[in-house]
Amino acid sequence: MSVIAMRGLRKDFTVRVGRGRLRREKRTVTAVDGIDLGIERGEMVGYIGPNGAGKSTTLKMLTGVLTPSAGEVSVCGLSPVPQRTRLALTIGVVFGQRSQLWWDLPLRDSFALLRHVYRVPAGAHAARLRRCRALLELDEFLDTPVRQLSLGQRMRGELTAALLHGPSVLFLDEPTIGLDVVSKQAVRSFLAELGGSGDVTMVLTTHDLADIERLCRRLVVIDHGRVVHDGTIEALHARYGSRRRLVVDLDAPLAPDFAVPGAELVALDAGGHRASFDLLSSVAGAVVAELTSLAAVRDLALVEPDIEDVVARLYRS
Amino acid sequence: MGELRAYAALFSGQFRSVASYRASFVADLVTNLFGTVLDVLAVLVLFRATRSVAGFTLAQGLLVVSLSSCGFALADLTVGNIDRLKTYVRTGTMDAVLVRPLAALPQLVLMDLPVRKALRAVVAVSVLVVALRLNHVEWTPGRALLVVSAPLAGAVFFGAIFVISASLAFWWVESGEIGHAFTYGGRDFTAYPTPVYSGWFRGLFAYAMGFGFVAYQPALALLGRADPLGLPAWAGFLSPLVALVAAGIAAVVWRTGIRHYRSTGS
Repeated sequence: MSVIAMRGLRKDFTVRVGRGRLRREKRTVTAVDGIDLGIERGEMVGYIGPNGAGKSTTLKMLTGVLTPSAGEVSVCGLSPVPQRTRLALTIGVVFGQRSQLWWDLPLRDSFALLRHVYRVPAGAHAARLRRCRALLELDEFLDTPVRQLSLGQRMRGELTAALLHGPSVLFLDEPTIGLDVVSKQAVRSFLAELGGSGDVTMVLTTHDLADIERLCRRLVVIDHGRVVHDGTIEALHARYGSRRRLVVDLDAPLAPDFAVPGAELVALDAGGHRASFDLLSSVAGAVVAELTSLAAVRDLALVEPDIEDVVARLYRS
Repeated sequence: MGELRAYAALFSGQFRSVASYRASFVADLVTNLFGTVLDVLAVLVLFRATRSVAGFTLAQGLLVVSLSSCGFALADLTVGNIDRLKTYVRTGTMDAVLVRPLAALPQLVLMDLPVRKALRAVVAVSVLVVALRLNHVEWTPGRALLVVSAPLAGAVFFGAIFVISASLAFWWVESGEIGHAFTYGGRDFTAYPTPVYSGWFRGLFAYAMGFGFVAYQPALALLGRADPLGLPAWAGFLSPLVALVAAGIAAVVWRTGIRHYRSTGS
């Protein structure tokens, strides 16, 4: 059975739009428009989409914060809204913008309080905290009030707070938003390590596709509240025809009408000395062999397709 | 048991947070004390001007206002924080509350430490004691029960009003001060004997909404006075029942409201 199951999940919001000074019009906006999705135990799923696509709304329905307008949803066999408090004991939630920590207390105190809130046995709590302290390098700011922490430090604190009760499902809403490169790396490698065990199911929304490339084998793209892609990153590339690019520096200039099977010449720079090809098949060797018969190849580079480009194209379509 | 410890942890967390801002804590304490004293003074001033209001003497009026402020202060002390709900709904802080394995209402109540409001309750109870002595109440077992149950029922009643008016925010984020019309407005209504009011206004607030049973009717029963408005003597003992009905309505409104919570974009 799937750890997370959604069937025809839907969320409508009624918004009042100002028309003139006093008149207001009611309008229904559909944030999530019929999502069917199953996520298995131990999966790490990247949940992406443009702003307003319905990512956070879905996550909030999965965690019992929002009541779905229609459809079915179950997490760990529980129905999120009616069984919210029971569900909360088995899931961990990091909403990048909403803190679970006590603003005025040292990080250490927040962790101690959360042990009571989640009713965690002291031994298990200490063991998990020890692991997080080591992996996330919390020790240097454990005694600092949360309000004085940097964003990166606070996010590491939030992650720890979400894990101290040993959840089997972790929901992360933009866990790397606003972080510097070093903090991003720290958070990513921590999540990778956590997911590596295969016990924790993880769903993360993000705008940083490097998070997905690093962490998630499965990618769900939503737009206007619907799933537009569900599969691996490779499948996404294949579907949207993103190609690897071969860039070759030659000793002699190449003729602009040069043609080679399996590749397409897309650019010719440096007076014909640098040629760029889009590879139609996945074999670069044949193209390189063809080129070396014409002129000496001084240097070559193979550029992997950029997921950002693919996703940007996906959003626009 | 485990849940109680959890709430105790939330409470101690809040206590330590507040303790980290000592000066503002003291300032809060002083303003709240001042507020309660002003409430009582307002009634005294009124009676100085007229000697009696709607046939009630100063001492009798004091009994009504003290029963009312006991109930209100106890409610404000325990669930009064809920009026911050609109801020939590507007800013989406409710998200963080709803992902914890605890009921939302007690968590919200514990999100701010009302130690300062405890002072108000102490003042209110002291005024009640003074009012009882001034009125030379003839004690019977029924009246002894009433003098304890009326403030408690009043607290439950006002608590329900707090929750209902705060729940407005689930439907109407910009509800602003409207909720206060019922909480503070209700308290001000109950501070005076019901015959002071007249017409549909009296009918609506005193009887339909039940504010008349918080302080006025119990005060009559304590004084052994017949109700000039004609309700029988046992009406003074109805306040726990009225409070329970109000609490029931509040529970339904709260549960419906929380399902209407729409969070904020992030």
